[in-house]
Amino acid sequence: MIHRAAAGRKLADHLLKVISACAALVGILVLAWILAVVLQRGAAAISWDFFFHRTLPTGEAGGGVGNAILGSAVLVGLAVVIGVPLGLMVGVYLSEFGRDTRLGTAVRFSANVMMGIPSIIVGLFVYELMVVPMHSFSGWAGAVALAILMLPVVARTSEDMLQLVPNSLRESALALGAPRWKVTFHIVFRAAKVGLLTGVLLAIARISGETAPLLFTCLNSPYWPTTLNGYVANLPVTIFIDAMQPYDDLVRLAWGASLLITVGVLALNISTRMILRRSGHE
Amino acid sequence: MGDRTFRWLTASCAGIVLLLIVGFFIRLVLSSRLSLGQFGWRFLVTSDWDPVSGRFGALSSLYGTLVSTAIAMVIAVPLSLVIALFLVELAPPALRRVTGTAIELLAAVPSIIFGMWGFFVFAPFMAKHVEPALGRSLGFLPLFHGPPMGIGMLTAGIVLAFMILPYISAVMRDVFQMVPAVVKESAYGMGATTWEVTRKITMRYGVRGLVGACFLGLGRAVGETMAVTFVIGNNFDISASLFAAGNSIASTLANEFTEAHDSTGLYLSSLVELGLILFVVSFILQVFAHLWLKSLTRKMGAGL
Repeated sequence: MIHRAAAGRKLADHLLKVISACAALVGILVLAWILAVVLQRGAAAISWDFFFHRTLPTGEAGGGVGNAILGSAVLVGLAVVIGVPLGLMVGVYLSEFGRDTRLGTAVRFSANVMMGIPSIIVGLFVYELMVVPMHSFSGWAGAVALAILMLPVVARTSEDMLQLVPNSLRESALALGAPRWKVTFHIVFRAAKVGLLTGVLLAIARISGETAPLLFTCLNSPYWPTTLNGYVANLPVTIFIDAMQPYDDLVRLAWGASLLITVGVLALNISTRMILRRSGHE
Repeated sequence: MGDRTFRWLTASCAGIVLLLIVGFFIRLVLSSRLSLGQFGWRFLVTSDWDPVSGRFGALSSLYGTLVSTAIAMVIAVPLSLVIALFLVELAPPALRRVTGTAIELLAAVPSIIFGMWGFFVFAPFMAKHVEPALGRSLGFLPLFHGPPMGIGMLTAGIVLAFMILPYISAVMRDVFQMVPAVVKESAYGMGATTWEVTRKITMRYGVRGLVGACFLGLGRAVGETMAVTFVIGNNFDISASLFAAGNSIASTLANEFTEAHDSTGLYLSSLVELGLILFVVSFILQVFAHLWLKSLTRKMGAGL
């Protein structure tokens, strides 16, 4: 009797081990499946024209996504210029001044909540805020939408990273008579340099593939981005639009663009991980 | 720059975060007031979506969001639970690092890439292999009636499940790690197996954390846009079958928005009202999940 119960318990235990290993395998396989498909189909699209030509009118053979690559780089760059300083300042407040203040608690909580708000809502908000009053879709609106998405990520990671800097460092600088801003930017920032950098890289990785907010703000364009006052070509929306076209050429371009985004985002993630590991975090 | 100025400067930057959250809500309410006034509460219970005659209702989008999210949760929650368990208790260290990294990278894959894979690869796979098999074995249920098209609620739900799985399992992993080793070791010392320790000690100890993890995943699933837009089929009919095409709030927004220009502005306003509903729902889910996990962290005295 006792013996049989023990056997049953052992069986259940083994079953759990098998099931959990299978579940982990499912996760790994899905990732591998997606990567394999993107690599295989994306590689077929890569050519000189793919990088250096602009999108041609629907149905015309050839063409590339050069305009979208440039446009995406400009949009993300501009979002970094707007979002990173702002996010760092929020991080400084949370870490240096607002540990236990009411504002600090509220902002920290809001930033956490904001990271979970669907990006399409941010797109809708910026559409109503900028596109409607300006009567035009614009690259500016797209960059602002991406910057808003970056803000809570940069703020929360930089807060965490600034927190890791030992207080004695701040105190010794303050004791020498340095003002707070000097202590923060020259001493604390320097000590937290690597951590802050990884926060920014992760935020860039997060917005590089964002499609929904751009759909509502700068949409897409077949032309080279010469101005930010109108439609600006970008990779994610190019994928969304081209993938739905009944032309093999355009679908191939969509796969090529998918490959670029996937490689870019994963490379950012992996390099962040390596930087953190090398510097002894985690 | 004086210390006070600097503090004030950073505080006002921090205030922007609060302003944004409030701004989302106010802006969306203002922009949807036309539709709010025209349809009132009926917006939530009618499924008409007719831009020509100007009649709009959110029911089919609400239904699609609900069903696709439910499918995603049914698949993702148990899967995340055992994956978290694998990572914390069962896997040998080398395998733990590989698996953990793979799951985290899965979270980094952009939504639109899931959409491309879902539309061109996974949906045909579903149509060819999974849905016919389900139809044969469970076809007596209305859920699995109809032609296996691949594109539809079921595929959208499964793709969503893969997308939220890393988020849920990450929090669950933290919860498992918060259980004091002493408690587990005493159970092992009495001869309990891993499964028994998990079921009777770890899960019971961390049950609130596990629930919090589910709510965070739910919050993500509700607003996931591009992947769902690719595979759900964009259809305003409500069907009992999971094989049928449908839509969700987010997919309706993504699909219809660029076309939504009518003389009265009612079409656009109705879409913004859909966005407002999505914002309110995901806001409540996020606030609830974070408050829940925060109170838990305070109680258990560890960072989550």
